[in-house]
Amino acid sequence: MTEELIIAGFGGQGVLSMGKILAYSGIMQDQEVSWMPAYGPEMRGGTANVTVIVSDQEISSPVLNRFDTAIILNQQSMDKFESAVKPGGTLIYDNNGILNHPTRKDIKIYCVEATDEANRMKSPRSFNMIVLGAYIKIKGFLKYENVISGLKKSLPERHHHTIPENEAGLKRGMDIVKEISI
Amino acid sequence: MGEIKLMKGNEAIAEAAIRVGCDAYFGYPITPQSEVMEYLAAEKPEERTGMVLLQAESEIGAINMIFGAASAGKKVMTSSSSPGISLMQECISYIAGAELPCVIVNVVRGGPGLGTIQPSQADYFQSVKGGGHGDYRLLVLAPDSVQEMSDHVKLGFDLAFKYRNPVMIQSDGVIGQMMEKVEFFDPIPRSTEIQPWATLGRKGMRKKNVITSLDLDPYQNEMHNHFLQEKYRKMEMDEVRFEEYNCEGKLDYLIVAYGCSARVSKKVIEYAKNEKGLNIGLLRPITLFPFPKLQIEKLSKNVKAILSVEMSAGQMIEDIKLTVGKGVRVEHYGRYGGVVHNPEDVWNGFKEIFLNE
Repeated sequence: MTEELIIAGFGGQGVLSMGKILAYSGIMQDQEVSWMPAYGPEMRGGTANVTVIVSDQEISSPVLNRFDTAIILNQQSMDKFESAVKPGGTLIYDNNGILNHPTRKDIKIYCVEATDEANRMKSPRSFNMIVLGAYIKIKGFLKYENVISGLKKSLPERHHHTIPENEAGLKRGMDIVKEISI
Repeated sequence: MGEIKLMKGNEAIAEAAIRVGCDAYFGYPITPQSEVMEYLAAEKPEERTGMVLLQAESEIGAINMIFGAASAGKKVMTSSSSPGISLMQECISYIAGAELPCVIVNVVRGGPGLGTIQPSQADYFQSVKGGGHGDYRLLVLAPDSVQEMSDHVKLGFDLAFKYRNPVMIQSDGVIGQMMEKVEFFDPIPRSTEIQPWATLGRKGMRKKNVITSLDLDPYQNEMHNHFLQEKYRKMEMDEVRFEEYNCEGKLDYLIVAYGCSARVSKKVIEYAKNEKGLNIGLLRPITLFPFPKLQIEKLSKNVKAILSVEMSAGQMIEDIKLTVGKGVRVEHYGRYGGVVHNPEDVWNGFKEIFLNE
């Protein structure tokens, strides 16, 4: 099993930390992982993305241009990465602020209304956990308990009191994600 | 050995520096390697091992502090990225001339000039051919993973002290910024051993130690150069390190690549097998100097051609051509100036060059 994933959105949405939690979750189930952020002009222009690979085998290239899954959290990233999903792959997006919805028929498309849901939960910071919940539900290769241990590993001790709030977000994401037919 | 951590390459360098028993780190921040000093500052190495951490006023200040502390026989290290490493070149030549051990890390970014902050491998000439003046060589290590970022700090100090020569770890923005699993070596206590050549002030009747790179008598200086050259030949005999990947059996082509480009090339080998049934081997130099000449020559005899993959306009290819001679076709592929080639870029480049597609 090899999962090649890109998470792309605005800086501040928790894109990089979501990637880090996924990488730690992979480690928790003895898999190989790599996490490669965009650290250059993209980041400074407000958009952020990270390539995460989780695999049973040694990881070759940490730099990729085709992905099994793309998690897309703003319009710029939709424009850039919809076409980068491998045929038969998966696209997960939050529809908030998206004007041009995905159109590909050869991939599976899922929508998670994470921004709206986070606001409804009065917990805007849970946004990325809702998205992450949707992802782990759909892809299914990461065990829930490993994601929780991954979350604990990637959070500094002083933030461990936020774990219940994060867990609530994860669970909500698992519940509300829905497949879109094009 | 113990716990597996998830870390950036830059952070692994810093943690390894503390664990290897480094006496001092002097540096000046620059993207994409600022996490080295950030990590050190957060870890408080002065409390963990007594290691000194100092932000110098500039890269020139930092490397001159290295020169001074290395003269006292201490285990010292600095890191920077391309423009900063260029600033250090004068003093690196002095350190090589004075035969002092130290480890210098270059997390390479796109040039020339201030260039960009994005990854590159275009400092190969500078690292391998001697970026400063005079006939000197650095021992150059090229990590391709976060694990090797840690391992090479330890190996680098071993080699630096074995040869009394500066060691350059040439990494790139990809390896510096990415996170992977890393398992650290057990901490080594800081050494209390006094190097017999160190200048620590004459206590008692000990003979005078002189550390200099100046000799006004050209014949004396030629002798000194002979000695240095012998040392570099010994490195070429004993310190060549490389990885062979997919090199068993009958090969169609050979890729030579180091660092991030070697990782990208492993994916290209997969594409070539699946799409065209081609068998491509990868020779990854782990030491850029000494260069794995014998292994490349051996592998070159049974392939149609060699592709050098490097994020540059073509630097390492010169060493490959010197190694294999005119009988073997050698080509270069690389995006450069801060653009990282992805596996598809390299595969398309390969097809264009060798298969006319």
